[in-house]
Amino acid sequence: MSTARVGVITFPGSLDDRDAARAVRLAGAEPVALWHADKDLRGVDAVVLPGGFSYGDYLRAGAIARFAPIMEELVPAAKAGLPVLGVCNGFQILCESHLLPGALRPNASLHFVCRDQRLRVERADTAWTSGYTEGQELVIPVKNQDGCYVADAETVAELEESGRVVVRYLDLNPNGSLNDIAGICNEAGNVVGLMPHPEHAVETLTGPTTDGLGFFTSIVKGLVNA
Amino acid sequence: MARVVVDVMLKPEILDPQGQAIARKLPQMGFEGVTGVRQGKRFEVELEGPADEAALEQVRKIAETLLANPVIENFEVFVE
Repeated sequence: MSTARVGVITFPGSLDDRDAARAVRLAGAEPVALWHADKDLRGVDAVVLPGGFSYGDYLRAGAIARFAPIMEELVPAAKAGLPVLGVCNGFQILCESHLLPGALRPNASLHFVCRDQRLRVERADTAWTSGYTEGQELVIPVKNQDGCYVADAETVAELEESGRVVVRYLDLNPNGSLNDIAGICNEAGNVVGLMPHPEHAVETLTGPTTDGLGFFTSIVKGLVNA
Repeated sequence: MARVVVDVMLKPEILDPQGQAIARKLPQMGFEGVTGVRQGKRFEVELEGPADEAALEQVRKIAETLLANPVIENFEVFVE
């Protein structure tokens, strides 16, 4: 049984690529550093798009990263079933790439929000959440400027009806997202995007909990069993 | 050489907290009678050649692929 290899893409302005790689390692997989300018996924089994401010969030968050050379490889691979997790800026890039529907707009408060956020897992059968149980509550840091999830009414209804809301904010909606949506997935469940940062909640020394580790152990378990 | 302008506006149904913040400030500044403000973006695209139909078509392509996100925004292209 070989170790699962999980790629973490670094864009100019990515901040959380090291934390994401660390979370991958703690989950028992081998993190593989991927570079935005390389048109090469290096044969990885899954990919994490980390948080940060790629290209300074110029134009719109994720709008320029979407056209990075590596995305020419990632988009068709994701459509073909490669597991992809987008966290914060990574979620914004997935929406800009149209791998996920909707878009992330500036927080309704117009303030940067950084807090330990309570969430509920709504879908425990995606590639990235199979280690949780449906309805499980997590506390994971959220930290963003543009985290307000929006989509047209039809898309939101479709997401709700087809059960594609993966995690939802509890107690307080930090950014004004429609229906308290914190994260969603594509139809196949291999592409997941969320605003909160599971990679910042994998060790008690630095995080409020270790609740985020499940995203990474889920993918490792899925890959090993595949 | 020609200048083509691309105006990008949020779709009407998309919340615009920045526009709302501006609108809320106006009465405090003594400006009355404003019922709403929505904030957009204006891009000025400088062309090497004339703004003929082929050039405008290319600017429309630029607008729909990069300058605007058609999921949440509409755009308008015109020559200035």
